[in-house]
Amino acid sequence: MAANPTGVGGHEYGYAKTTRTDKWWVGPAATAFGLGLWLIYYVWSAAQGDYYAAGPYMSPFYPFYLHPSEAGMGASDAFFGMNPAWWPALISPALIAGFAPGAFRITCYYYRKAYYRAFFGTPPGCAVGARPQDYRGETFLLVFQNLHRYALYGALLLLPYLYWEAFQSFRYHGEWGVGVGSIVMVLNSVFLTFYTLGCHAWRHLVGGQLNCFSCGAVPRLRYGAWKGVSRLNENHMKWAWTSLIWIAFTDIYIRLVSMGVITDLNTWGGF
Amino acid sequence: MANRTIRIWRGDQSGGQFEEYTVDVGEGMVVLDVIHLAQMHHANDMAVRWNCKAGKCGSCSMEINGKPKLGCMTRMGDYEADEIITVQPMKSFPVIRDLVTDVSWNYRQNERITPFTPRPRDADGNWRMYTEDVERTQEFRKCIECFLCQNTCHVLRDHDKRDQFVGPRFMIRIAQLDMHPLDTVDRIPATKEEYGAGYCNITRCCTEVCPEHINITDNGIIPMKERIVSRYYDPITMLARKLFGGK
Ligand code: SF4
Ligand code: SF4
Ligand code: FES
Ligand code: FES
Repeated sequence: MAANPTGVGGHEYGYAKTTRTDKWWVGPAATAFGLGLWLIYYVWSAAQGDYYAAGPYMSPFYPFYLHPSEAGMGASDAFFGMNPAWWPALISPALIAGFAPGAFRITCYYYRKAYYRAFFGTPPGCAVGARPQDYRGETFLLVFQNLHRYALYGALLLLPYLYWEAFQSFRYHGEWGVGVGSIVMVLNSVFLTFYTLGCHAWRHLVGGQLNCFSCGAVPRLRYGAWKGVSRLNENHMKWAWTSLIWIAFTDIYIRLVSMGVITDLNTWGGF
Repeated sequence: MANRTIRIWRGDQSGGQFEEYTVDVGEGMVVLDVIHLAQMHHANDMAVRWNCKAGKCGSCSMEINGKPKLGCMTRMGDYEADEIITVQPMKSFPVIRDLVTDVSWNYRQNERITPFTPRPRDADGNWRMYTEDVERTQEFRKCIECFLCQNTCHVLRDHDKRDQFVGPRFMIRIAQLDMHPLDTVDRIPATKEEYGAGYCNITRCCTEVCPEHINITDNGIIPMKERIVSRYYDPITMLARKLFGGK
């Protein structure tokens, strides 16, 4: 039962109806466009299976892939590149690599807000009519969102690997050096770190769950960690977008270098 | 001084309509001033609730050009000089008359929450707590109970889940109590089952409209949701509780 009979108060009723006069739809439209474009690029790029490596650089869309220049070297150089014989072929490295960060972002409290508004219309904007439905919030079909912290564990495990790849980008054919691509890859790891460590579930786990920060040495340490995470958390949306855009940019950059469209400035004098 | 036109919804439960009033508006005036001018010069019987004119009593909640706001904190200068400003009562509460709504549903939600229940005092008769333990709940104490967040929350506004969800204002009251180092009540089961934390889909409209800039979603509701996860959804913490006891 609505609070008032229709007409009383002069309000609008129905999906996307509002008396707001500003351009409230710009935000959700930009979100839908940005996320849509990113997804299309990701699916296209991940399906290519080519041009994901240039010089010592590896696209973050192809983690756990064997670097072409390392193929044929010992298995110990391949890091995750080579699976033991008993490993199920279906669980390909690319699948793990796409699934874990994907689940992390889909269940992220920030992205939930973004797509609930942009794609689901619950609500499309503030004081703008929500899509009529038997609304159950996150108590029913969306109850899986409560397991966000498990996606976080996956994302945390991936971070060291990303740094490893970034570290590798400073060595080409055994020679240490640096190129624009190395910087791009380091920034990618850093942005993803800021995004991951600003996670709400992480904030809860490191200290937010405590009620007494002063009760002992460990809670005091956790208080410090909680404060640090809170600072990243305040900018969670900013890091969500920065890291999302940068990871695609990193892939695009490496792809273009590998295709020969652009030349990477580096100390190795070209690849 | 300049003539400005304001459109105000006039009526009660039996119906009503928008009326336009043109008044002479001075520099620096807020929407509530303009409503008062209209009341003084054109409509002595117009009902509007207000008290402090300083954004601190939470009485003058209304919808200005469709946005839930405090009338006393919204400057006319924020709008185009020739713009006709539309003022409505809050949508999610029953209109009593004109801009005044009956917000008593909120008081009944408040009564459902178990009050602060501190542990016994220390031997010397004091209660001790440290700044770092209580500072994060201070933010929630800034609430002026304007109920703009309750009005905007789509769970109440559009889906009418008033029996299932207490709304953002009371979610932060619950968070304030649950995070308090001296409070002894286990509030997690009721927060999930009775107060309906799961109905909030963290779309943040409450935070957007809060005139006190309380970070309702990030600092209040999401931490409570995470506490509920630890109790009811996370298999590892649930198993640990079974094995080692504790909450
Ligand atoms: S974040 Fe939750 S409580 Fe706040 S307005 Fe949205 S659904 Fe309502
Ligand atoms: S939380 Fe903010 S919007 Fe909600 S009642 Fe309190 S002051 Fe008003
Ligand atoms: S809340 Fe965004 S990553 Fe966890
Ligand atoms: S009159 Fe007190 S908040 Fe506006």
